[in-house]
Amino acid sequence: MADSASNDAFVEFERVQKSYDGETLVVKDLNLKMPKGEFLTMLGPSGSGKTTCLMMLAGFETATHGDIRLDGVSINNIPPHKRGIGMVFQNYALFPHMTIAENLSFPLEVRKMGKSEREAKIKRALDMVEMGDFGGRRPSQLSGGQQQRVALARALVFEPELVLMDEPLGALDKQLREKMQFEITHLAHSLGITTVYVTHDQTEALTMSDRVAVFDDGRIQQLAPPDQLYEAPINSFVAQFIGENNTLEGTVKEIKNGLALVQLDDGGLIDCSPVHESVKAGARTRVSIRPERVEYNKDRLQEGAHTLKAEVLEFIYMGDIFRTRLRVAGNDEFIIKTRNAPDQVRLKPGETIEIGWLPEDCRALDA
Amino acid sequence: MSDTTDTGPVLAADGTPLKRSLARALRRQKLRALMLIAPLLLFVLLTFILPIVDMLFRSVENQIVSETLPKTVVELRDWDASSGELPGEAVFAALAADMKVAVEEKTHTRLGSRLNYEKTGMSSLFRKSGRKVKRWDLVEDAPFKEKFIDIDKDWGDIEVWRTIQTYSPKLTNGYFLNSVDMQKGVDGAEARPENQQIYITLFGRTLFMSLMITGSCILLAYPVAWILANLPSRTANMLMILVLLPFWTSLLVRTSAWKVMLQQQGVINDVLVWLGLVADDSRLVMINNQFGTIVAMTHILLPFMILPMYSVMQTIAPTYLRAAKSLGATNWTAFWRVYFPQSVPGIGAGSILVFILAIGYYITPEIVGGTKGVFISNRIAYHISSSLNWGLAAALGTILLAVVLILYWAYDKIVGIDNVKLG
Repeated sequence: MADSASNDAFVEFERVQKSYDGETLVVKDLNLKMPKGEFLTMLGPSGSGKTTCLMMLAGFETATHGDIRLDGVSINNIPPHKRGIGMVFQNYALFPHMTIAENLSFPLEVRKMGKSEREAKIKRALDMVEMGDFGGRRPSQLSGGQQQRVALARALVFEPELVLMDEPLGALDKQLREKMQFEITHLAHSLGITTVYVTHDQTEALTMSDRVAVFDDGRIQQLAPPDQLYEAPINSFVAQFIGENNTLEGTVKEIKNGLALVQLDDGGLIDCSPVHESVKAGARTRVSIRPERVEYNKDRLQEGAHTLKAEVLEFIYMGDIFRTRLRVAGNDEFIIKTRNAPDQVRLKPGETIEIGWLPEDCRALDA
Repeated sequence: MSDTTDTGPVLAADGTPLKRSLARALRRQKLRALMLIAPLLLFVLLTFILPIVDMLFRSVENQIVSETLPKTVVELRDWDASSGELPGEAVFAALAADMKVAVEEKTHTRLGSRLNYEKTGMSSLFRKSGRKVKRWDLVEDAPFKEKFIDIDKDWGDIEVWRTIQTYSPKLTNGYFLNSVDMQKGVDGAEARPENQQIYITLFGRTLFMSLMITGSCILLAYPVAWILANLPSRTANMLMILVLLPFWTSLLVRTSAWKVMLQQQGVINDVLVWLGLVADDSRLVMINNQFGTIVAMTHILLPFMILPMYSVMQTIAPTYLRAAKSLGATNWTAFWRVYFPQSVPGIGAGSILVFILAIGYYITPEIVGGTKGVFISNRIAYHISSSLNWGLAAALGTILLAVVLILYWAYDKIVGIDNVKLG
């Protein structure tokens, strides 16, 4: 069935735009290709267009421009009920007037499936999410986590090849959320289904996905596997949005041997990797360093590396790590994180230290 | 409970049983709560419960005969109406004695009109006799049998005596029998002559038309409520004012407006004639019949259906429909199997409201109902204010109340009353 023209893309957005009012674009020029079996997360702040993309894929919103293809076939004009896409909603949307078994039976009944076949599938789906004993209950008699499992089972019971999830864990408490994150990824991978997952929780995105698409302002800012996204953000937005991040602003003095020498606004000099295309000699730049990659033990720094003076403002003991707030180059919110190891120095407020880092951990991005 | 039985009752810190201790602690609270609702309770008791109890009692109460003619009633007890013979002199003597007292107290005319409900002519019989009996002397003028028959030959009619005898007990089921087109005959209850039967037809018509009105309200209100529930709340609130607008207009004005619309020289007929759909000499009869009543009452009761439907539909999240569609249901299946069942509580609440209001409606059928479109309530009003037969009115009202309660019970059995939501 796979169309040879669209190579191995199972889900494909091509130049998709969406506007609700005819004046502003909610989704601007979206291009995305997903291979079969991938777990892709759309991550972004609210209003970034990620849910709109999901709704266009599900068929509840129509694209203003562009083409959405599923398995090589354009689905722009196919109504939602014929797309055969499973969906898990934010508040589960379990039908309150039906029992759990009836909820799961619904997609099978509308597909005119026989009774015995239906029962076998319902049982298999419920067992899969460990809810086998709850078939006769009503949704209101279940806890949030149990409803979540049932919603998942209902989206999977008719064996769709693509499953969409719209912030499905948003209503659960932290512990349950972490457990469900693991279960959902596990299930998706073992069944080999393609999953599009929407969330605004970056930890969720990082822990669950094969690839993450970071949305902002109606565009995908970066589409990459979680480790790349965290360690090698390609612009300031992604660097800020994913994980904790320190930024310093300055001007690029020169680019030599693949390294950019950046002069900070207070005169300090640092070495960075030039990442963003706008980083050229004389250009303004914003430099990003992860808190755990900042080093203040001189022995561990490279020979001849540039260092900066920093004043310790606050030391926070967090158990497994220490979090220290510094003033660096006029920035009061410079954070460093250090592991709680026996030989680790505990910095005291008022102390002045010298900090540095490896040039590859310091990324010069767009201003 | 099982864990308390093997250790005995749980005791509070001071050794008293916990239950009693708790009850004491809550008593003050309960008392205060009772004080707060006392004014309403009193109001409801005085203006609602008591009148209903009084009405229920009036429908069987029949003390007037035994109070006005105490001696006669006693003497008449052994008389057998089926023997075909008039009661003996003793009865007439007792009647004369009773009448003399009654005339002095001027209660004989009231008794006359009471018995007139059961047998026409009784009212004038008592009034006429009263004037004569006043001048009689109980000792000198005896015997009275011939004298009574001289006043009016009706006193020689066995039927008259049978009526008095039948209605002499303090309680009677006569009003109820009357309400279902029956009467007390020689051998107990019997059907009334066909030309006097009206109540069963009237009850049937009231029920049928109330159901029709409820049904058309459901059909008209459902789409409106659906639109209101699915519009953005600002637009919905504005449209809601339009729904409530009729409440700001007098009921009489609204009903009269329908008269203007529906009558033979009215707006609708004029338009139809102008369009050539109806010939000028065969204009449609749409008022003073059942059609007119149903149209006008559907319009008037529509808000009572829309409001509960709307408030229930508002709570149905649109994601349910989306979920159903994503699971493969067509628009219709999604609506019928997912949306509609969740909106049933609103339909139930609206239907109960509209039906109960309709079944006791009075003004609209009175104005636009003509003779074919009147309800049982119009008949009740007639007995209250024109014929002054309050006992019959009470019996009709009691039956109406019972019908409503039975239907409510049936609804509870079939649909379940916890399936009713007003919001």
